Amino acid sequence: MAVELKMPALSPTMEEGTLAKWLVKEGDTVKSGDILAEIETDKATMEFEAVDEGTIASILVAEGTDGVKVGTVIALIQGEDEEAAAPVTKAPEPAPAPKTEEPAAAEAPKKAASGTEKLASDAKAVVADPDIPAGTEMVKTTLREALRDAMAEEMRADDRVFVMGEEVAEYQGAYKVTQGLLEEFGPQRVIDTPITEYGFAGVGTGAAMAGLRPIIEFMTFNFAMQAIDHIINSAAKTNYMSGGQMRCPIVFRGPNGAASRVGAQHSQNYGPWYASVPGLIVIAPYDAADAKGLLKAAIRSNDPVVFLENELLYGRTFDVPKLDDYVLPIGKARIMRAGKDVTIVSYSIGVGLALDAAEKLAAEGVDAEVIDLRTLRPLDTATVLASLKKTNRMVVVEEGWPTCSISSEILAVAMEQGFDDLDAPVLRVTNEDVPLPYAANLEKIALVDVDRVIKAVKTVTYKG
Amino acid sequence: MTAEVGSGAREGRNLSPLELHVPEPKFRPGDTADYSDLFIPVAGVAVRPEADARPDSFHELAYSLVRVLDDDGQAVGPWNPKLSPDRLRAILRAMALTRVFDERMFRAQRQGKTSFYMKCLGEEAVAIAATFALEKDDMCFPSYRQQGILIARGWSLVDMMNQIYSNKGDRLQGKQLPIMYSVRDASFFSISGNLTTQYPQAVGWAMASASRGDTRIAATWCGEGSTAEGDFHSACTFASVYRAPVIFNIVNNQWAISSFSGFAGAESTTFAARAIGYGIAGLRVDGNDALAVYAATEWAAERARTNQGPTLIEHFTYRAEGHSTSDDPGQYRSANESADWPLGDPIARLKQHLILLGEWDDARHAAMDLELAELVKASAKEAEKNGILGHGLNQPFETMFEGVFEDMPWHLKEQCQQMLDEQKAAGL
Repeated sequence: MAVELKMPALSPTMEEGTLAKWLVKEGDTVKSGDILAEIETDKATMEFEAVDEGTIASILVAEGTDGVKVGTVIALIQGEDEEAAAPVTKAPEPAPAPKTEEPAAAEAPKKAASGTEKLASDAKAVVADPDIPAGTEMVKTTLREALRDAMAEEMRADDRVFVMGEEVAEYQGAYKVTQGLLEEFGPQRVIDTPITEYGFAGVGTGAAMAGLRPIIEFMTFNFAMQAIDHIINSAAKTNYMSGGQMRCPIVFRGPNGAASRVGAQHSQNYGPWYASVPGLIVIAPYDAADAKGLLKAAIRSNDPVVFLENELLYGRTFDVPKLDDYVLPIGKARIMRAGKDVTIVSYSIGVGLALDAAEKLAAEGVDAEVIDLRTLRPLDTATVLASLKKTNRMVVVEEGWPTCSISSEILAVAMEQGFDDLDAPVLRVTNEDVPLPYAANLEKIALVDVDRVIKAVKTVTYKG
Repeated sequence: MTAEVGSGAREGRNLSPLELHVPEPKFRPGDTADYSDLFIPVAGVAVRPEADARPDSFHELAYSLVRVLDDDGQAVGPWNPKLSPDRLRAILRAMALTRVFDERMFRAQRQGKTSFYMKCLGEEAVAIAATFALEKDDMCFPSYRQQGILIARGWSLVDMMNQIYSNKGDRLQGKQLPIMYSVRDASFFSISGNLTTQYPQAVGWAMASASRGDTRIAATWCGEGSTAEGDFHSACTFASVYRAPVIFNIVNNQWAISSFSGFAGAESTTFAARAIGYGIAGLRVDGNDALAVYAATEWAAERARTNQGPTLIEHFTYRAEGHSTSDDPGQYRSANESADWPLGDPIARLKQHLILLGEWDDARHAAMDLELAELVKASAKEAEKNGILGHGLNQPFETMFEGVFEDMPWHLKEQCQQMLDEQKAAGL
């Protein structure tokens, strides 16, 4: 049996690439380490090497093919230990053919499976944001671009604004969020730093106290644990401790929450941590329009802002209004979908799951309203309570741990201020109460998903 | 009122404006890297102080470069550790094995057999020669690029691959990222994904060893970029104050992902010179010279074992490969930097030395490479019997709740049972 060579992934988040060039042809004998092909992505070019010896039996994807999905069989190789006599049938079309009839054991896709795949959702808001004037032209934009545009617009408008962090300049950001900023604004305003979150969070706090408006990028909020002292003990206290003499207008931003296959130390949601601290504004948007409008608001805020993004959302495309200056109010939740039977409250990546669940529930006759909190501090309790008054049932969805969470807070608010409107206990759907495992199957069961949201909704609507 | 920078109030003052300095590497993609202005001292000239000398009596060693192997492959000068040919061959073999292992695992990632890998190409000596100079039970606190320690200690390649593949044989039960090994039996501490946390932990371990009257010492490694972390400085302070029996290794491989060493301070001084401010013994060593690395470690270990306190060693080397399988150095550094590195390749240099001694030849080297390739290949096949990462369905579900605490608390037991019941009901 021939060994299948599949489109490789440069990283766990890569989905497709261009098969730029074949360096071997059918019939060539290859040995371990030989370069077979060149693969290109928007980030990099990589050489695809042979692991074992053998003969190239057939090439299934022609060079120059774009958009080859990771895991697609691109060639067949006759193994070293096998009889070369059996001729290998060449596939008729040199097109990326989806694999169909493999034995289960050979099912392993070349892209590492991830339990975060179930967090993937392209769900969009059903209700238009009232902050967008009717008739506004919408532009398809990835979340990554929306964040970059927000920074670039504010940097053009205000020369006090600058970006600082690891790899933000020359490398264009570890997740390419600062793409193009170095070129436009130069190394004095897009600043690569030494590797010390503690250091550059403190330096940024000092620069903000001096009247500049720093945007501090953390490669991930997991690395910002050592910076939390400056964020909480300094930035969040500057206004208070100076009796109002000093401000600290700074934005700490970067990816937060579970990414794909990065293990326990790199997959944590710090929303609840920062949201418990007086003096901080905490924002965690879901879609690109909100990310843009709220990041612009964050940069203009005179208070320190923790702006929590999500790596898995960076590449997703949403509609962003084409407006010269799209700035959203901080502290305002958004109704993403109107409904009357139950309220599903969420934020960040959980909103996609909530919308997907609402869609499926609609088919079963349950009309769910979906609220995106957008800002975690200050929390828009009025919008949540108004919805509860209407639906009388509530589920909170959070990609994070259950204990002392944003979910807990919403539950407390419902209990304290919405008790008379409740027809059922509020339920929370969260990750399991364990560090996130690396193994894909464990990662998958540890994370929230649509099925669990549906189950909780059925429980509170007494349909389960 | 806020005292704003740039808010005016400059009238009537005749002062030139301040300028912000942002470091920039000398060469970028498209440039030809030129090392002609890099000062490299002659091999053999660095003095070797007595192991009980005061750290302030040899400050010059923090600015020089301890080199044993000269350009012809001769071992020269007072730092020559005078190792037996068998010992030299063992070091050579461990370095070559590490390189073959790296190549195989790197390609395995490209084939989707794991999600992530990091090579140590070009800097094998930094981990391996140092490990040979330590006792087997001295505790190592590595960063993510010292897989050579495990290989030098003869640890099972299959066990390492099982972890990389996150398969049934993975002793860490699929809980941790590939290459983040944890091997208590090899005195090898769990690798952390967050930088330099191992530095203060190594000091704490060493202080505990001293306070218990043990004989074991600790050694730790970090990259030059990571010396910017607060952990590095706290570790140095504590090690100095309590004279902890610890060896600090800074692997100056010139690049921290895409940030060149200037972003960690290399434009102004050496990394070994960090030791001076803390009153620690500091050495700067040719990291591609296995004998220099061995000699420096042996000397530092003697200081630690005789209660002379910590030593900080800067290993001057070059990261010949990308940061990880997720990186493409072609985007940010000159293409010829690696090939033209003036201190050569650690394996080639030790091989040359052995040949010069008449203890090695090209044919034996080629035979060794072949044998190691077969060994790694056989190990990979063995490990792959336990599964590869791909489908990721290797770990029993209940392991997710194990190991969070010493004893599983009631709420996790309940969660675990509920999950197993659901899996069963769903026919999984």
